[in-house]
Amino acid sequence: MNALNTFLFVAFPYVAVIVFVVGVIYRYRQKGFTVSSLSSQFLEGRQLFWGTVPFHIGLLVVFCGHFIAFVLPQANLTWNTIPIRLLILEVTALVFGLTVLVGLVSLMYRRLTNARIRAVTTKMDIAVELLLLAQVVLGCWIALGFRWGASWFPASLSPYLWSLVKLTPETGAVFALPWVIKLHIVGAFSIVFMVPFTRLVHFVVAPLNYLVRPYQQVMWNWDRTAIRDPSAPWSKARPKNN
Amino acid sequence: MDVRSQISMVFHLDKCIGCHTCSIACKNIWTDRKGAEYMWWNNVETKPGTGYPGKWEDQRIYKGGWEKKGDGIDLKGAGKPQSLTNIFHNPHMPVIDDYYEPFTYKYLDLIESPAGDDQPTARPISMITGEPMDIKMGPNWDDDLSGTPDYARKDPNLEKLSPAEQEAMFQMERMAFFYLPRICNHCLNPACVASCPSGAIYKRGEDGVVLINQSVCRAWRMCVTACPYKKSYYNWNTGKSEKCILCYPRIEAGHAPACMHSCVGRIRYLGVLLYDADRIEDVASADEAEVVSRQMDMILDPFDPPVIEAAKQNGIADSTIDAAQYSPTYKFVKRWNLALPLHPEFRTLPMLFYVPPLLPVMASVTKADNTAQSAGMNPIAKHWPDSWLYDTSTAALFGTIDEARFPLQYMANLFSAGDTAKVGDRLKKLMAVRLHRRRVTVGDVAEDTVSEALATTGLTPQTADDIYYLTSLAQFDDRFVIPAAHREQALEMMEFAGDVKGNTGFGFKNATAERGS
Ligand code: SF4
Ligand code: SF4
Repeated sequence: MNALNTFLFVAFPYVAVIVFVVGVIYRYRQKGFTVSSLSSQFLEGRQLFWGTVPFHIGLLVVFCGHFIAFVLPQANLTWNTIPIRLLILEVTALVFGLTVLVGLVSLMYRRLTNARIRAVTTKMDIAVELLLLAQVVLGCWIALGFRWGASWFPASLSPYLWSLVKLTPETGAVFALPWVIKLHIVGAFSIVFMVPFTRLVHFVVAPLNYLVRPYQQVMWNWDRTAIRDPSAPWSKARPKNN
Repeated sequence: MDVRSQISMVFHLDKCIGCHTCSIACKNIWTDRKGAEYMWWNNVETKPGTGYPGKWEDQRIYKGGWEKKGDGIDLKGAGKPQSLTNIFHNPHMPVIDDYYEPFTYKYLDLIESPAGDDQPTARPISMITGEPMDIKMGPNWDDDLSGTPDYARKDPNLEKLSPAEQEAMFQMERMAFFYLPRICNHCLNPACVASCPSGAIYKRGEDGVVLINQSVCRAWRMCVTACPYKKSYYNWNTGKSEKCILCYPRIEAGHAPACMHSCVGRIRYLGVLLYDADRIEDVASADEAEVVSRQMDMILDPFDPPVIEAAKQNGIADSTIDAAQYSPTYKFVKRWNLALPLHPEFRTLPMLFYVPPLLPVMASVTKADNTAQSAGMNPIAKHWPDSWLYDTSTAALFGTIDEARFPLQYMANLFSAGDTAKVGDRLKKLMAVRLHRRRVTVGDVAEDTVSEALATTGLTPQTADDIYYLTSLAQFDDRFVIPAAHREQALEMMEFAGDVKGNTGFGFKNATAERGS
């Protein structure tokens, strides 16, 4: 049992993160063409709205919640000292968790029932959706059945995650958790593990740069004035579109 | 002055016969692939008509192009911040049914069906799902259907016409139409580039071709919305957007693009224009009435010494400047003022120009008393109880072009943001050239008429002959003046030669010859 626990909560997280980092970089550099969100809106636009919007918005909120609890556990706990604030966090988490669930189910329904969408569905898409579904169901279950996660996450899970970051894994608290929560943790690392192999990779290339770049982009093969300078070495500047 | 060079195009609409050879040439080379079957980087539309995708010109539906916002301009349906806020679901995104569902036929059924009482048929099947389907649309679905209520009358350009004008246009015996071949305009102020959140779309500095980097596109699909000409297409299979590449591999090798090379009517011209890039933003944000003339103004004279000097300083090759001087597009667009961009009010500053068609306009309409003629007709003869007289003699039309059977306003809505004077000028010039040539070849037009026509349009007999030459007699090399691409540079647009220097040859790009140990 302990061996399994050690594997799931010590070895697997490291494997997942390493695979994520190496895999994403490799895919981005070597197979840039495959890095795409593979939107299917072009084939079906109406039903998609009711799936993709709740799914993504919910996911963003829920992810940020987890992330803040992980990064700033102390602040999180201080915030929770007033019960009503704790309640707000819990309710928000549940509501957006359910939003993700509704979105995901409607996306899966669309994927299975629309012939055009089926035509662009791969086995990996199904696998990803099932994995996400399991994860979201577990998440909602935890929110309902294992109260005040907004407090016990920063209190006991954050230290565990930080211990992983610091390469000194402390697993006592995790080993003692109920199996539902354990599954949720394993699910989370499985998703991290899967990113480089699936369409999930698109979140890594979220185009935030757009906000700061100018509208128009012109690319010169070379620095256009340098072309005529015979004294410049020919390999001085790399072409930008290469 | 920031001089740049742009490969630009002119389509002479009087010469287009609507044969779609151009579309097929393009399809065979570039879009005959899964996910791209529905794309027609080059398509030919019948005007008046709804086009492809249906009613693409109506930006209330598609939200493409730029619009004035405050002092400047901004993208209508994409841009900052909509390109990010609508990233999960883009409410202005056309779907495949706005174009058409690509189809083929089950031809094998014709051969393999078991013997029976009925003829076997080849049923249409969808190229997306492979299931049998009913065909509802095609890429040129309204081809030649110019009088029909479902298509011609839904043309968005009819809107600014009075009901009487519209009615007149669709009277059976007045009806006329023309063809409008379209490719990507390789705009100076491209909306597709501006809308792309990942920055995958760019304009090539050297020749102005607008391209989508397939390795950087992430299927955020904002360009599909933003391009008002709907010339950026989403490949549903690869999850990447694609668009006309102006056959840049051919251009770099000195060949004309496939659509132009194959054009049966020889309507297409390609050449370099030099322009002042400092003025792009200014011109694009000008008042609607001024956009066209200011776009013309920013095109520079390639013979002007200061322009040449500035061009050289910007690294524009001598061969390119040469090409700009011989450019047929410079002649049509700037020197003769004969061509206009399509829908300049979208403010993308298109670099594909059209010589407006004279043929559908030809014939002026006047009221005449037809009663005597009608009375003399056999009662079973079909006749229309109207009193129009169609005068198809060119000379008569010259003075009355405003009363042409095809309302000038319609042409103006297409080519000059509604300004009839601009289209009228150009049509009159075309007419004057005709009169002049008629006098030269047939001789039945009085000299006064001709010289008056030439004088009012500001042409000399010499210019008229030049226009005639480039319109009717031009050879391949007159129509396509392609600057030398400097292969040594062009190659490196695709691949950085430094990366493979010292490697083993024969295609083993990454394997360096290393000594074993
Ligand atoms: S026509 Fe459309 S796709 Fe082509 S450059 Fe202009 S905006 Fe971009
Ligand atoms: S090939 Fe030329 S003439 Fe034929 S449809 Fe195309 S543009 Fe018109």
